[in-house]
Amino acid sequence: MFDVDTRVLIPLFVALPLAVALLIQLVARDRPVLSGWLTNVTMLGLVVMSCFTIGSSGLYHLGGWPTPVGIDLRLDSLATLLLLAISIVGLAVGLYSVDYMRRYSAGSHFYSLFLLMVTGMVGVVLAGDLFNLYVFLEVAVVASYSLVAFGCSHEELEASFKYIVLGSLSSALILIGVALVYGITGTLNMAHMSARIAETGMNAPLSLAFGLFICGFSFKAALVPFHAWLPDAHPSAPAPVSAMLSGVLIKAIGIYVLARLAFNVFGAGDSELSLLRWLGVLSMIVGGLLAAGQSDIKRLFAYSSISQVGFIILGLGLGTPLGLVGALYHLVNHAMFKSLLFLNAGAVEYATGTRNLYRLGGLNRALPVTGATSLVGSMSIAGIPPFNGFWSKLIIIIACVEAGFYSFAAAAVVISIVTLAYQLKVQRMAFFASLPASLRDLRREPRLMSLAMILLAAGCIALSFLVLSGLRDPWLIGAAQETLSAGPF
Amino acid sequence: MIYSLCLLLILVGLYGVVASRQTVKIVISLVIMQHGVHLLLLLIGYRDGGSPPIVDPGQAVTTFAGLSVDPLPQALVLTSIVIGLGVLALMVALCVRLYERYGTFDVTEIRRLRG
Repeated sequence: MFDVDTRVLIPLFVALPLAVALLIQLVARDRPVLSGWLTNVTMLGLVVMSCFTIGSSGLYHLGGWPTPVGIDLRLDSLATLLLLAISIVGLAVGLYSVDYMRRYSAGSHFYSLFLLMVTGMVGVVLAGDLFNLYVFLEVAVVASYSLVAFGCSHEELEASFKYIVLGSLSSALILIGVALVYGITGTLNMAHMSARIAETGMNAPLSLAFGLFICGFSFKAALVPFHAWLPDAHPSAPAPVSAMLSGVLIKAIGIYVLARLAFNVFGAGDSELSLLRWLGVLSMIVGGLLAAGQSDIKRLFAYSSISQVGFIILGLGLGTPLGLVGALYHLVNHAMFKSLLFLNAGAVEYATGTRNLYRLGGLNRALPVTGATSLVGSMSIAGIPPFNGFWSKLIIIIACVEAGFYSFAAAAVVISIVTLAYQLKVQRMAFFASLPASLRDLRREPRLMSLAMILLAAGCIALSFLVLSGLRDPWLIGAAQETLSAGPF
Repeated sequence: MIYSLCLLLILVGLYGVVASRQTVKIVISLVIMQHGVHLLLLLIGYRDGGSPPIVDPGQAVTTFAGLSVDPLPQALVLTSIVIGLGVLALMVALCVRLYERYGTFDVTEIRRLRG
């Protein structure tokens, strides 16, 4: 888009948040507000940088070593899409944290861990070889383990322990997969790997490796048989962390890698894709039904994340261009509205001190910004026509019908209605109804928190224009085509 | 043969994670599993009777590559051990904090979250 050498930008994406994370510990250890602003400036820098990379692609050799010897960082339009989502959600979460994290001690540690998590996610998205992908993934998840336990209350510690045990298990599975693939193809570089696999075709050991990757990354993406940690970990964390975890972490280290491996590296055939389809449909249905029965507002949103991730994986599993467009569209949409909803839930908890829907009500008058933005978020996730969620779900459903999976399309429609039902439940019980007597004099949400929520709500509305052809082609279609074109990506 | 021993080590670790009730035992089982994976990685680069992957001065690179074991998995294992150490430290810290809060290491008693 602009004339900037992307080879300069690619390493900066990883280096900038990493350097600032360390800088905060060096110069702003006892000054949480300063570290908050450092974080926000960094995230703003990432947003600007990812805007510069739109439409460009590039390859960066770390340390100047050529490809088979050195480590590559790669940028393509799929990576750009993820980078934009990570940096925009990260900026909103960073702004929100300045006020929200005041009540926690050790605020500067929070920002360092937050930036490390961003480093890890950006690294996963840019990594050109499988082992570095694993290393960046561990950077991101280790930061997220400690962020989930940040408040050190009973629930947070318990959730974090569950998360860390299941996370380590899945990391071990992924590492076995990496070892197997290295043993078979003799390379770790994903482009070389895909060329070798294209020569030999899928054989039994490669299928085993692919199966291990599917298990491992399904844990990270919380697809249904592997989802047990998410409904504990995401609600227990402080609200900005939940927004980051549900909004982008499960996508950057789960769905993105699954898509990359399935399409670009393994060139998955129909039997592999059908596995993804079934995982997607299962998560969609189970997550949606469990969400409807929750009374804790953040737990409800966490189950809803599982369900929405199911939609994305279903779209990916179709393996058609339209399915991929829908999946990627839903991915960025979900990043926006789910982080928005978690920030809303955080604002509700900040003002009222409870997350139980049965003790809330009538918050529209007390918290006007939260009420209005949560309405945008709810309508988007439920798929009400002008909002972004409607278009992405519609594309996924049309793609299902086009590919001949009528029952999956029907399931997607039914679960969309279930989504609408539980989002209306949140709206009715928390924001409409009448204000209970215990909640008479509430503080308004602080300015920066409002700004963060408005930013994400505007993002939701802006994304609904992405279906217009002028915007759609360079963003979505480009990313989808690049994903589908197997071989050296 | 030796590959199946690796698999056995991984499975022992997995059994420990699933079956033990104490948080500390779960952590130990995870470490066993991790090391099983590390051994597997090392074995993939191993060659029977290979030399250590250090180039002698004056030795041609091709003859060296024909003789030595594959050094790459060793580098990967080193990295992975360091990552594992970081995760282990965090897990042990969590166990200590959990003990402070709940007064027990028993996972069946650490269950406030459900639903």
